[in-house]
Amino acid sequence: MPYRYLGDIATADVAFEATGKSLEEAFTSAAEATLNVMIDEPDRIERKEAVDVELENDDLEMLLFDFLNELVYYKDSRKLLLRVDEIKIEDEGQFRLAAKLYGEKLDPLKHPLGADVKAVTLHRFSLSKSDDGWKATAVLDI
Amino acid sequence: MATPSALKRISDTIWELPRGYKEGMLVPARIFATEKLIREMDDGVFEQVTNVACLPGIVNYAYCMPDGHWGYGFPIGGMAAFDPKTGVISPGGIGFDINCGMRLLTTNLTLEEVRPRIKELVDMLFYRVPSGVGSTGFLRLSQDEFRDIIEEGSRWCLKRGFAWPEDIELTEERGCFEGADANKVSRKSIERGFDQVGTLGSGNHYCEIQVARPENVFDSELARTFGFTLPNQIAVMFHCGSRGFGHQVATDYLQTFLKVMEPRYGIKVRDRELACAPFNSKEGQDYFAAMKCAANMAFVNRQMILHRIREVFSVVFNRSPEDLGLNMVYDVTHNTAKLEEHTIDGKKTRLLVHRKGATRAFAPGMEGVPARYKEAGQPVIIGGSMETGSYLLAGVKTGGHAFYTTAHGSGRTMSRHQAKRMYRGSSLQHDMEERGIYVRSVTWGGLAEEAGAAYKQIDDVVEATELAGLSKRVLRLLPIGNIKG
Repeated sequence: MPYRYLGDIATADVAFEATGKSLEEAFTSAAEATLNVMIDEPDRIERKEAVDVELENDDLEMLLFDFLNELVYYKDSRKLLLRVDEIKIEDEGQFRLAAKLYGEKLDPLKHPLGADVKAVTLHRFSLSKSDDGWKATAVLDI
Repeated sequence: MATPSALKRISDTIWELPRGYKEGMLVPARIFATEKLIREMDDGVFEQVTNVACLPGIVNYAYCMPDGHWGYGFPIGGMAAFDPKTGVISPGGIGFDINCGMRLLTTNLTLEEVRPRIKELVDMLFYRVPSGVGSTGFLRLSQDEFRDIIEEGSRWCLKRGFAWPEDIELTEERGCFEGADANKVSRKSIERGFDQVGTLGSGNHYCEIQVARPENVFDSELARTFGFTLPNQIAVMFHCGSRGFGHQVATDYLQTFLKVMEPRYGIKVRDRELACAPFNSKEGQDYFAAMKCAANMAFVNRQMILHRIREVFSVVFNRSPEDLGLNMVYDVTHNTAKLEEHTIDGKKTRLLVHRKGATRAFAPGMEGVPARYKEAGQPVIIGGSMETGSYLLAGVKTGGHAFYTTAHGSGRTMSRHQAKRMYRGSSLQHDMEERGIYVRSVTWGGLAEEAGAAYKQIDDVVEATELAGLSKRVLRLLPIGNIKG
């Protein structure tokens, strides 16, 4: 699940590029990139709670936007740090996403804190297909 | 960085990009800056301020303040006024952190009295004013109580004993944007924010203990009016906004506007972050009422933090907050849209003024300035980096050419990424302590990101606002203690 942070796009904030061989992998990479802004060492997150997310949008790019926003929502509303367990995206006229996420409540003593993500922005937000898979770019307002 | 060749110098501090610069511009763009600051501005400012100039109903110019830098939709430091009948409202002109703002209070303590207790003060503030990812406030509120808060603003705090009557008087809009309607905000936004009242957040949000040294007082009469009467007097300044609640309100309406803007209203924008709706439409009015809820949450957030600061000082010095003179100077917002009356070509005109990383700076005598500051003008609080200091300014009579608006901060010049590569939080904390600034942060990385060198020189920004006739320097405040999210 590769992603990298881009230093020169957003002076005051954080930008990342996330890739995957499949659409699902790219969404998973983007979710990890977002999580890793909020805390360091995401591998320490344990499987204590599960959350099902179902979303639909007629625009695939906006489906990713909605998905990343869900992670921000769960971080604030239920203090949950979430990783992707399973994810399926289908095109049924509308794009539908069904994901099983797992994780645990944020504990500053266990999870080294990063920056609080205020919002996923649409600045240079993109999702594109290339020869070897999918690539997402996003800028997070922090 | 190169400035666009079309950039015209109107005066020493006003620069203009004409309508012909970009297709679709309805008005020219004006940037307030000294030559040094305009040369340092990033390309995003020129691109974004001219995108704003294309928005329907914009009046006079699209403006940018001297601390301008790239933002989402509008540049940070962006200001634009719209005709309420024909113009639009845009979350991109307000910011995700609705009513992000500054509050300043004085004490009657001096540096000599506070220096020996600074660690105790900062450590206790650090625990009692929560900050960082996922932090929650000390108030245990139900979602119904939260709905009252977002409609009532600071009045809610007064009723519950968390505010002094003069706190309300000394808050912009008296701590309440009238017309806030809790039915216009989503369940999600309430769930994100209802337990965050009284928290700082993270990023560039902070709470700082500062000193006003005699050599940093530029106007002693105004300084006295604003409550600075002692040499080396200690003040407390903090910067925060509407937390997850406001961020979700902005995200919700950004999505709503993207869906209806073109099909329903035929509006096309150059950047999705400029999504907007006619002010006089259902969606526009709904957002305006929801934005006011977020603005009110931010006022309450800062009021509750003030309450905690009073408690902390009271415990550390074993004296009452009243006895310690923990009086508010002012609370000013720098991320809002407001209906205001301004004079255009000699005619009083109602305008919807968007300020995004820009501060209202009403002149002496204007309605909306607290009675005790009627002669002085509205206080303006401009926060600098945690190493270099901040300013207290006042609105001036010459500010009308910018609808009485000025800068809000110093503006970043270095990315967070780069700052983290260049500085280590732990050694920065040590260096700062050697220089007499005791800082606490929930994260070393977050501390490194806020290093002073990552910001523009605040002195340059503030001087530019004075040269441009937007605001006047009253005094400069230097940090001695800081808590960071």
